[in-house]
Amino acid sequence: MRSLVVDHGGPLAPGVLSGTERDLREAFLRDIDRIPGAARLSQCIQCGTCTASCPVSFAMDLTPREVIAMFRAGAIEDLLKSRTIWLCASCYQCTMRCPADISITELLYAFKRMAIERDILPPKFPAHVLAETFARTVTRYGRNFETGLILSYYLRTQPSGLLRRRRAGFALWRHGRLPIRPHRIKGLSGFRKIVARAEQFDLPQEPYEGLGSRETGHATFGR
Amino acid sequence: MKYTYYPGCALHATGIAYEKSIRAVFAKLGAELVELEDWNCCGATAYTSVKKTVAYAISARNLALAEKAGLDMVAPCSGCYYTLNRTREALSTHAELRANVGAALAEAGLELGLNTRVRPPLEVLLTDFGIDRIVAARTHSIADFRPACYYGCQIVRPFPAVDDDPENPMAMERLLSALGASPVDYPPKVRCCGGMLVATVPEVARELCVHLIDWARERGANCIVTVCPLCQANLDLLNVENGNGERRRIPILYFSQVLGLALGCSREEVGLQHGLARVTLGATPLPLSARGGAR
Repeated sequence: MRSLVVDHGGPLAPGVLSGTERDLREAFLRDIDRIPGAARLSQCIQCGTCTASCPVSFAMDLTPREVIAMFRAGAIEDLLKSRTIWLCASCYQCTMRCPADISITELLYAFKRMAIERDILPPKFPAHVLAETFARTVTRYGRNFETGLILSYYLRTQPSGLLRRRRAGFALWRHGRLPIRPHRIKGLSGFRKIVARAEQFDLPQEPYEGLGSRETGHATFGR
Repeated sequence: MKYTYYPGCALHATGIAYEKSIRAVFAKLGAELVELEDWNCCGATAYTSVKKTVAYAISARNLALAEKAGLDMVAPCSGCYYTLNRTREALSTHAELRANVGAALAEAGLELGLNTRVRPPLEVLLTDFGIDRIVAARTHSIADFRPACYYGCQIVRPFPAVDDDPENPMAMERLLSALGASPVDYPPKVRCCGGMLVATVPEVARELCVHLIDWARERGANCIVTVCPLCQANLDLLNVENGNGERRRIPILYFSQVLGLALGCSREEVGLQHGLARVTLGATPLPLSARGGAR
């Protein structure tokens, strides 16, 4: 079986984190209390209800339960490189059933943001490009433009996909379901001001004062 | 009755039939839908995968605009329903996030508003109108319909919209059987269709959708009835990519299309022409009287 923890150079004593890992962990924990619904991460009892409930766990390289275990074991870089976080379809079945009341879906969003921000992504698996293209499309027009989103996604990731899926695209267009022009909202300049101001709050924030406190008990692990 | 109406991006594109049928049904029942002036994308779950505060802020712009109207807001797309409510909940409980989003909205001269209830049409119809009133307005038979009622994810999770068991909701079955249709037992009714994976990892989405369609056929359904434009599009596209001829595809309908037919709307009014499968069942719904007074 493949080792879950990749050696990032140099022998590490058990429980000691590499520099990158320590950095990622601290950045994540600094923000965890700012993520609605995610602060209960430390309450995970590793029961596996999330994995059993997940409709796409069959296709994941790490199961949702393993994602949480790996985070707590300090293998965040490996976890960000897994396909799992990008395979989540946001169905919320795990969140709904979790006996520890952890919003696993929200946690995965946080991992996705961190993966994009730090450019630590799974090799040959460009699913994150859709989210980025979506965000860019919405910032540009104020609304999503499905036709443009799909075209741009395939052109950036796998142009041959356009050819493979032409029947589907053509069928939608023929039935009047693919507009060829985007709709720009009237208040676009105000909308962009909102985006610009909000973006500043998404830059790295002041350290969270309670780092390592009882709220996030696992923060002391390996320190 | 009057509501603010939040179509969301999909209802002006792939989900156009949902928009047409919702408008038709509400008009038949004498309710007014006033489209939210200059609404923007709710952000869905994709924006929040990229930026946190921005995702909440653009979603909150819609809530701020809706607050001025002071009416409940009808959001047919399950993604919009969930995202807008997620924003309401997060901003109500997280002071720092609320302050940041408030500051961002102020840049456009808007004020944070978190009092507007955001509701999906299925719940509005059942709660505000009630099955009895809807059945009383019925003019046409939909007895040919044997739907598999498919709820998908975000209308039941994590905020169950209808006062129902989120693992086994029965709201659509109750409504459609009261109108004379014969819903089949459909165990995967709250399983995921794959959502946006249809673009990013199509083979996984396909696996999920094949399962959903096969199960409906096995149970003897002659159509699948949905509440979400993404579910509808994903299942409908699978019909096409399977290479089935139009007549062999299983129609994937919105519950509001079937409801609209029962209330006497035409096929065009409820947008049947936008479906990728030809709908032959109930093609010309018979007036109830012609069916020996099925009422």
